[in-house]
Amino acid sequence: MRVRPKAVVITGNGTNCEREAAEACRLGGFDPRIVHISDLLSGEVVLDDFHFLNLTGGFLDGDDLGAAMVQANRLRYARVEGSGERLSEQLSRFIDQGKPILGVCNGFQLMVKMGLLPCLDGEQRQVATLTFNDSGRFEDRWVHLIADASSPCIFTRGAESLTLPVRHGEGKFVVSDPEVLDRMESGRLLTLRYADAGSGRATMDYPMNPNGSMAAAAGICSPSGLLFGLMPHPEAYLHRVNHPRWTREELPEEGAGIAFFRNAFEYVGGS
Amino acid sequence: MAVRIEVGYRDGVHDPRGEWVVQEAGSLTGITLRSVRTANIYTLDMDLPGDVLEKIASGPFSDPIIQEYSIGGPISSDFQILIEVGYKPGVTDNVGRSAGEAVSQILERPLAGGEAIYTSIQYLIDGDLSHADAERLASQVLANDLIHRWEIVHRDQFDPEQGLSPDIPKVVLSGEGGRVAEVDLDGSDDDLMRISRDGLLALSLEEMRTIQAYFARPDVVKRRREVGLGGKATDVEIECLAQTWSEHCKHKIFNALIHYREGEGKVETIDSLFHSYIVRATEEIRTGMGKGDICLSVFRDNAGVIRFNEEYSLVFKVETHNSPSALDPYGGALTGIVGVNRDPFGTGKGANLLFNTDVFCFASPFYDKPLPPRILHPRRIYEGVVEGVEHGGNKSGIPTVNGAVVFDERFLGKPLVYCGTGGIMPSRIMGSPSHEKRALVGDRIVMVGGRIGKDGIHGATFSSEELHEGSPVSAVQIGDPITQKRMTDFLLRARDEGLYNSITDNGAGGLSSSVGEMAEDTGGAELHLDLAPLKYPGLDPWEILISEAQERMTVAVPPDNLARFLDLSEKMGVESTDLGRFTDSGSFHILHEGRTVGFLDMAFLHDGVPQMVLEAHWTAPSRQEPIFDQPPDLNEVLLSLLSRLNICSKESIVRRYDHEVQGGSVVKPFTGAHDDGPSDAAVIRPILNSFEGVVVANGIVPRYSDIDTYHMAACAVDEALRNYVSVGGDPDWAAALDNFCWCDPVASEKTPDGPFKLAQLVRANRGLYDAVTSYRVPLISGKDSMKNDYIMGDIKISIPPTLLVSVIGRMEDVRSAVTMDLKRPGNVLYLLGETADELGGSEYYAHFGHIGANVPQVDFTRARERYLRLHRAVVEGLVASCHDCSDGGVAVALAEMAFSGGVGLEVDLQALPTTGELRADRVLFSESASRLLVEVAPGKAGRFEKVMGSTVWARIGVCTADERLSVRSGKGLILSLALDRMRDAWKSPLGGL
Repeated sequence: MRVRPKAVVITGNGTNCEREAAEACRLGGFDPRIVHISDLLSGEVVLDDFHFLNLTGGFLDGDDLGAAMVQANRLRYARVEGSGERLSEQLSRFIDQGKPILGVCNGFQLMVKMGLLPCLDGEQRQVATLTFNDSGRFEDRWVHLIADASSPCIFTRGAESLTLPVRHGEGKFVVSDPEVLDRMESGRLLTLRYADAGSGRATMDYPMNPNGSMAAAAGICSPSGLLFGLMPHPEAYLHRVNHPRWTREELPEEGAGIAFFRNAFEYVGGS
Repeated sequence: MAVRIEVGYRDGVHDPRGEWVVQEAGSLTGITLRSVRTANIYTLDMDLPGDVLEKIASGPFSDPIIQEYSIGGPISSDFQILIEVGYKPGVTDNVGRSAGEAVSQILERPLAGGEAIYTSIQYLIDGDLSHADAERLASQVLANDLIHRWEIVHRDQFDPEQGLSPDIPKVVLSGEGGRVAEVDLDGSDDDLMRISRDGLLALSLEEMRTIQAYFARPDVVKRRREVGLGGKATDVEIECLAQTWSEHCKHKIFNALIHYREGEGKVETIDSLFHSYIVRATEEIRTGMGKGDICLSVFRDNAGVIRFNEEYSLVFKVETHNSPSALDPYGGALTGIVGVNRDPFGTGKGANLLFNTDVFCFASPFYDKPLPPRILHPRRIYEGVVEGVEHGGNKSGIPTVNGAVVFDERFLGKPLVYCGTGGIMPSRIMGSPSHEKRALVGDRIVMVGGRIGKDGIHGATFSSEELHEGSPVSAVQIGDPITQKRMTDFLLRARDEGLYNSITDNGAGGLSSSVGEMAEDTGGAELHLDLAPLKYPGLDPWEILISEAQERMTVAVPPDNLARFLDLSEKMGVESTDLGRFTDSGSFHILHEGRTVGFLDMAFLHDGVPQMVLEAHWTAPSRQEPIFDQPPDLNEVLLSLLSRLNICSKESIVRRYDHEVQGGSVVKPFTGAHDDGPSDAAVIRPILNSFEGVVVANGIVPRYSDIDTYHMAACAVDEALRNYVSVGGDPDWAAALDNFCWCDPVASEKTPDGPFKLAQLVRANRGLYDAVTSYRVPLISGKDSMKNDYIMGDIKISIPPTLLVSVIGRMEDVRSAVTMDLKRPGNVLYLLGETADELGGSEYYAHFGHIGANVPQVDFTRARERYLRLHRAVVEGLVASCHDCSDGGVAVALAEMAFSGGVGLEVDLQALPTTGELRADRVLFSESASRLLVEVAPGKAGRFEKVMGSTVWARIGVCTADERLSVRSGKGLILSLALDRMRDAWKSPLGGL
């Protein structure tokens, strides 16, 4: 029997969605492992041993300095015991090896603030952010999303539209330089957008666009398509009973969120 | 030298926090502001070179895309008035802690002692307001003077070069700490009571005399001398006794000897309400269940435990945090939720936390009369509590799955904040049952998590009193979900490695309580207070012992595991400290720097409290049924009821809670075609590769207490179980928690009607007992909060006696769960149960300013049969939707089902089974218990009717494609409303909050 590719879900310091993210990886085909960040910093576990990295949802350090700010700082400075290398070097190596990374919600915020997304020209520099929702509130609601079929994103292959929950207070996608947005548009990096379920078009209208994100962006990818982050939670929709209207609508047994993980699995050579 | 880093938003960036201030300033104070911009201020009490400051400011402290920063100078001078709000010394500053952590990452070293970062928020205000207005804005909107301090600066006083100078809220205590005072108990009764009052001990005269007698006992004197103590008690001992014996910890009223009399009837003696009704009910039910007994651990631990399946057990507890929430709603509620998290976490060997459930009782947020002194406006309480629970639940990664909000003007004096948490644990850990724990002689006492400060000192005794002028502000604290999350991540790992024998939380009473209770397993403990890590120096031993500083657990670690336990703790960034050992000495031996500072017999500490003897006298309140004609326009009445605070949508609150983290959400708080219908109960799937479900529901009806608390309690149980069954919960696999919030029932000068209030408590216990034994739903844990009064000068406000019943149970397969929204035109609508002339305490009567006399009464036997059969119908897949009838009766339930489903209804009122002839408005709005509306597809109707058998049910209507609710009575149309109109009426009242 072939060994299944390994997925890692990093947890600790306020990450909350590690179990369902690991289950999503499993359903997608991976052999998942939840790894506490202290195990990475102690050198007991190294990212090199994995094929797919999940930075999942939660409230890293309480989002006290702004969403994921402390963790971005931690990953920038923290050293791995023994080797002396910084954890960020392991991460860069992971990216250089062409392995996929998925950031969901807090994980997406982390990737954007570390400059891993959109990573234009392969340069890790922060050019965008995720900030407070226009409503000023944390909100939990299901939203309709449309996927850009021409996006290089490997995770959304085959997806046209889907419904997923958002659960955040800081999900408004913002860039300060209009050129960044232009380049993302032309590179088809605005992979997922909040949409009106009726018209099927991207929307700026609340609550369909729950946070006021520019360009209605809900999820974005790097030009390589291997780094992908989104505010909605694919790992929260693994079975039809997760859907808010499952008692009244005909829905497939499998939740729409699994496809992202299966795509990652197929990309890394699982079958 | 201290330096300020100021972080503001770039021009054009939206500032929702500033906009919120503009809105709240208008509604709370009537002050009109043109605009408010905000900035985050970090005051670094440490010496750092300029390039490092630059790195800190540009990196973790600010986001370059939306923010800009300034080091050592102001970020903006573009304002008319500036208000800066920071914390008082010693108040938990979570952002400051995280900022310190970020700085230590950059420095690649931990912060040194004395180095710290403090945060504040600056409000840059554009508006024409006087200094007095600014003061009002600060104290009534931006800050709470119990925990905050603020500075107001007008533009013309402001130096745009220098800005504000750094101001450090560092705790500086006058003493060096370590002081132990002796308490002279050799005095008169007046002296004893003075000691109790002045020390905020909340001990009665009889209790003080018992303590006096104990310390005078020759054997006690001798043993105390042997360990180096003098003839007098120490403050450590007195404080330890006061908290252990507090109402909060000992439930003295529930354990009192009560002489109870109804009217002129015979006096009955009740030896402990707790044992006579609550424990006895559970014992009887468990005996009846025989092999099917689902209970694993009841009453003896921090939470109750029941079986979920062979591999897992469920843990559940609900607590209240009323008094702290009255003083600081945000901190009180946040501490309430993260505090109750530690109950299931500290039960057995410790549970993974699965869900939260919250129930609040408030006065109207639109209250517009003058406020009594020291009372915060209900809108602030509402906002603060909701935000506190939001942060506590969301940041901890625990979904808030269900809850309720009840409004009554009497909650102005004390709001009720019920916070509940459920957990799940493997039924066995390292081969032993997980619900059992036991510290062994020789185990080390290890404290894990946060550090100790003056926070929460006297919390246990404070909550055992009414809210009064001297209520201590130190009782207010702010929880820290992230410190707690790190601790639970670590302890679950330690649990699975089998590193400890027992665990409990440090809540009320702090170490005194946690160590004191665990020491009962072995018969003693030796505790070294000087080893405990402190937030700042200068604490005296008694303060270390009873501080309720948050986010701490105490564990019993076998000496062989200690090194591994401490290593893992350090690696995972959690502080753990060895404070001593559990012994079998028979004494709680407390030391400080090697010197004995307290030495108490375990038996006296835990069993020495004298039983209270109380009088209870029941005279039924003379209530009359109101006499009035049926209102001509029932449409208007229904719309008004839908807009009543107790009925209307709570979506603006509930949306702010993450209700699906952990991935197991099945029946969410909202359901229906537009995701906005009010679910009756929650269903979650705790094990993601299994379809077995956990069902959670609540019942609470304090209005009925105005007539008879017996029926209030019975109806609360019925409501909880009704909600539970309506989503598909198995009535044979359910357990309940009782949570009493009462006004002081002990007769005194302040409370001349004590005997009546105690009689209300007796009757509520009887109602609870009768209900749970009839329904065969065991009580597994509970809580009581007995002093929910406000007394200030001549003003006394007592809450209505309130019982929250929370049910937890199981369903075999979540795929058969049912929601309350109508599904399809053409389906048949049934009403299960009988409607009687029971509008006493109803929302309908309240709408017209009446209370009435005919309170709903539960027919337990018939209701149970109905619930069992309904459950069979649900399991067979016969039920398309189901909704319970509660506040506002059948009419409100019909409306909610229809607009939630976007499906119309035609109903014939004459088809409803009633007890006797009833006027149409009474049929529509009666709140008779145990009734449910059920939608069934026509093809399944025959089978459904067969399953319901001879129980009372009727086909009362049919679902239609026309988006209206139409109700006929025979030929006449008495009610006809478009779904949109009803939904608007229901959603609008709290929609803007």
